[in-house]
This record gives sequence, C-alpha cells and structure tokens, in this order.
Amino acid sequence: MKVLVPVKRVIDYNVKVRVKADGSGVDLANVKMSMNPFDEIAVEEAIRLKEADKADEVVVVSIGVKQAQETLRTALAMGADRAILVVAANDVHQDIEPLAVAKILKAIVDEEQPGLVLAGKQAIDNDMNATGQMLSALLGWSQGTFASELDIDGDKAVVTREVDGGLQTIKVNLPAVVTVDLRLNEPRYASLPNIMKAKKKPLDEKTAAGYGVDSSPRLEVVKTTEPATRAAGIIVGSVDELVSKLKEAGAV
Amino acid sequence: MALDKDTLSQFLDALDRFVKERLIPYEDRVADEDVIPPMLVDEIRMMGLFGMSIPEDFGGLGLSMIEEVQAAFVLGQASPAFRSLVGTNNGIGSQGIIIDGTDEQKAQYLPALASGDMIASFALTEPDAGSDAGSLRTTARRDGNDFLLNGTKRYITNAPRADLFTVFARTNPEAEGSAGVSAFLVEAGTPGITLGQPDRKMGQKGSHTCDVILDNVRVPAANIIGGPDRLNKGFKTAMKVLDRGRLHISAVCVGAAERLIRDSLSYAMERKQFGEPIAEKQLIQAMLADSRAEAFAARCMIEETARRKDAGQNVSTDAACCKMFASEMVGRVADRAVQIHGGAGYMAEYAVERFYRDVRLFRIYEGTTQIQQILIARNMIRTAAA
Repeated sequence: MKVLVPVKRVIDYNVKVRVKADGSGVDLANVKMSMNPFDEIAVEEAIRLKEADKADEVVVVSIGVKQAQETLRTALAMGADRAILVVAANDVHQDIEPLAVAKILKAIVDEEQPGLVLAGKQAIDNDMNATGQMLSALLGWSQGTFASELDIDGDKAVVTREVDGGLQTIKVNLPAVVTVDLRLNEPRYASLPNIMKAKKKPLDEKTAAGYGVDSSPRLEVVKTTEPATRAAGIIVGSVDELVSKLKEAGAV
Repeated sequence: MALDKDTLSQFLDALDRFVKERLIPYEDRVADEDVIPPMLVDEIRMMGLFGMSIPEDFGGLGLSMIEEVQAAFVLGQASPAFRSLVGTNNGIGSQGIIIDGTDEQKAQYLPALASGDMIASFALTEPDAGSDAGSLRTTARRDGNDFLLNGTKRYITNAPRADLFTVFARTNPEAEGSAGVSAFLVEAGTPGITLGQPDRKMGQKGSHTCDVILDNVRVPAANIIGGPDRLNKGFKTAMKVLDRGRLHISAVCVGAAERLIRDSLSYAMERKQFGEPIAEKQLIQAMLADSRAEAFAARCMIEETARRKDAGQNVSTDAACCKMFASEMVGRVADRAVQIHGGAGYMAEYAVERFYRDVRLFRIYEGTTQIQQILIARNMIRTAAA
C-alpha cells in the first residue's frame, strides 16, 4: 500500500509571531519556517506503517511556494521515499486555501493511487482544519479525523479519534483519508546521516496550473490583530483583602 | 565533501533542534547523576553525531572544517559533557587513523567509530608528560612481531567507556624528546590494560576521565598507526591530530559563550532592581556588549581559519590563535555571566554556575593557553627569520 502525506511549510512553532503593520497578516519575511507539527506526526505514522510492513511506499507532497522543498527534504530525511512539490504561489505571504489544496491533492491521488492519505488535522498557521475533510469529500473516500491511534486491518483502517469528552474508535474502508492529532506519536528527528542521504531521493516539481487548479485566494482577510496583552496583576496583603477585591470585581 | 547550502542549513537546523529539545533539558540531570542516560547516548548515536568528521566512505558525514566548526557552534550551546561524549570519536580518537592510518586500519575501525558503536580514546598524557609530550615514559619494547607496552596514561577522556585507545609509547629509548615515539591502536579488551578510578573533576560532570595502566600489553607491529613504516613517527601524527582539534575546540567555546550570553541577557531583561530590569543598567549593558563582541570576534576568526584550512593552507599558527583566544574569551564571558546573575549566578539552579566550572577546562586541555602562546610566537619568529 502506498501512503500519501501532504505537508505544509509554516512559521516555526518557536517563533514569536508578529502581525504586519497593515494588519493584512503575519510577517513572514526572514522568519524561520518548519514543517507543520501535525504533518510531522503524519509523516512519522506513515514511516511507522512502512517499518511495520503495512505500507510499502511513503510519498510526501507539499503545495505552496518553491521554498516548501526544504520541508519536503525534512520529510525525506525522516524516511519518506519520494516527494512532490506543487508550486502554487510565489509570495510567501499567500496562503493556499483548503479547497484549492484539496483539489490539487485530489489530482495527485488520481495519479498516485495511494491506499491511504495521512494528513495533519490542521496547520498551525491558519488553523483551518478543513483540507482533509474536503479531500475525502472530493474523492468520495471514507475519513477518520483527529486520530490518536491508527491500525491497518486488511482493507480497513481502525482509527481512534479524540472527541469531546473521550475517545471514539471507528473502522473505515480503505482507501481513506485520515487526519492525525497531537497524541498519535512522537515524531523522530531527521538524523544527520539521513539528511545527507535525502539529497539523493527523488523530488518532482509540478505547478497548480499544471493540475488545472486556480490557487488564487477566495477569502479576503479583513483584519489581523495580536492577542490582547494581559493586564498587570496586583499584590494583595491578605486573604481578606483578596476576597474583598474579588467581590468588588464580581468574581465571587 | 562539501554540503550544498540547503543541506547544510537543514543539517544545522536539525542539530539545533536536537540540542534545544533533547540535550539542554537533560543538562541538570547529567550533572547531578554524573552520567548521560543510556537512552540519550543512543539518540546521540542515531543522530550521527559520532561520525561528523569521519569520511562518508566509512559511514561518517565527512564534514569539511568549516562545516564541522558550524556544527560545533551549535553543539557547544549544550553542556560540554555531551560534546565530550562524541568529541574523541570526531577528533583525537579517530583523526590519527584518518590522517595517517593504513587502509586496513581505516576499514577496520572507522565505520564503528562513525556509528558510535565503538568509542575511541587518545592516550598521550602521562603523570610526568603533559604539555611536554616529548618526555613520555610509556615504553613499547619489541618482542618478535609484537610490542610490549608498559606505562601509565593520565586524565584520558572517555577511557572508562573506550573500546579503542590510541596509545603513544616510546619505541626507541635512545632517541631524545619526541623522536622515537610511536602511536599504537590498542583495543580495550587487550590483556594487561587496567583502568583507574574515574577522576573527580571540577566540572563537565557526565564526561569521564581516568588513568589507563598498561602492564606488558602485547600489540602487533601492524597496529602502529600507518603500519610498521611509521615506527618512531607517532609524535608527528599526534601533532597533526591536535592541529585539527584546536579549531573544533575553539568553536565549542564560541557555542558555550553564545549560550552564556543568551542566558545572561534573558536573566538581565527579567530581573528587576531599582524599579527596572537590570538590562537597562549601563554597567550590565557594558558586560553584555563586551561578551557579545568577544564571542563574535572568536566566531569570525574560527570561520576564516576553517575556510583557509579547507582551501589547503597551513593554518597551524592561526588555529593556535583561535584556541587561545576562544578559550580565554569563554572564560571571561562565563565570569561576566555569573556576575550579571549576581547571587543567583553562584547557585546551581542556574546553568551559568555549571558552565563557569565547565568552561575552565577549555583553557587547559588539547594544549594550554601558554603552549598556544609559545607555538604562535615560535612560528612568528621562524617565519621572520626565514
């Protein structure tokens, strides 16, 4: 079985995000970028399936600017077999919206015929949480979202999902789209020898136009603001004072 | 082989992440327990850190000097105990074989050293022979096709976990000074080798040194680094090995300095006195600025020298300048870091207290500052006189 894993290049999760002065979005100029952490978990899971002989090839795909090939190289260094880069934008500030990504992924799925698409549940930059679901609708495939456990059982995938208040285990037919949550696994580090070896793995370059998909934005960002800064606290002298202050504030 | 720009930056990013997420969080535990947890040793092995400077043909990464120092800038940010674990395999423990070894010796040992399955140690120093390596007393007496080694080696880094020693011993008792010394590859299991108790050191807990005692250790002549032809030429091998190591150690010093500066800056920006962060105080700012400028100077010297070494130039004098300047620099930076932290800097809760002790060693090992000074000045005089 072939596993297809879409990966997104996003602002590194350690970077302190700054909003652009005109409020049109987040400043990405000269900012460290990395693989979306949820996608990293998806790559790890795909590699584990291969190591367990439940998959025989792991193909990673990234859709975005040309620099996304760095993200693909990281996935190759982790253990993916080959990569497909779909250039869909020239400006690092242009976000490719979920529907456009899903349409491109559908075209790739039609070409590659994977038995499973493993994706991150959402990207940490825009938190859309939509691409996997849209892809499964476009393909007419089963889906399992927010996976915290995954097992392949013949022509079925057993997916444990993190739902409100507990876990739900479902069995879906393959081929399927499974989106992964934080607790599925702990991704390995791309080791230094594997980074060197990844240079020799194939990386195909395609374009969104080549798949007949218009990746220009449909949504208009009206405003972007920083989270409100927390107001300074006060130090109280006694428990009594604390209680009376809380009463004044209507908190108790 | 030089890495392309993208691969190098990916490599350094991966190393930086590993250092920040895996090594730095374990520093306190390693220092408290005086041991690097075995599972972390395995992770370090998996990352490929044992083979950075070993050629790709033998399973290493084959980094050039400029790439190696850039990796050391990153690795130096974590406790020197981690660097020390991989330091001998990348440096003094393997370089002798890489530079002067026979094809058989390379094939036999380098793959296991690159993977970290075998740990190498460099046994030069003796109780009465430190900087004056020419006064070695360990002897290697010929017995048929073998040599019998006798003597004591002191402060041998990684000896307690070593599988392979490079032992320097006198093969020609008639020759004076450094002539008549040969370098032998001796496996740890060879009968006649005993280890002393681990030394009780000032710092760098988690990294171990001890005495290595050789009592009639039988070693075939084929185990001389470079084969029997390099009999009595061991000291030349030692010097070549130490030359490369100077740049590596210098880069580790810069990494440690940058870590100390980062810790000091974040402390100074948080710690409030007289109604404002102490970072606003000009006397604190002076210390931060001095440290930043000195660390930057060392970084530039090292990068420049490493590039020239890769271009095939003789950098002996400048490598010694780097080792002298960078190790003294990190000593001053560590001192200021403790000062900026004030009382807190004297307490083990803060990493600067540990680093202050750890970095003291950099001015001593692989050639003291004074030895570097002599080397630099002698080379200056020799060049001027020529």
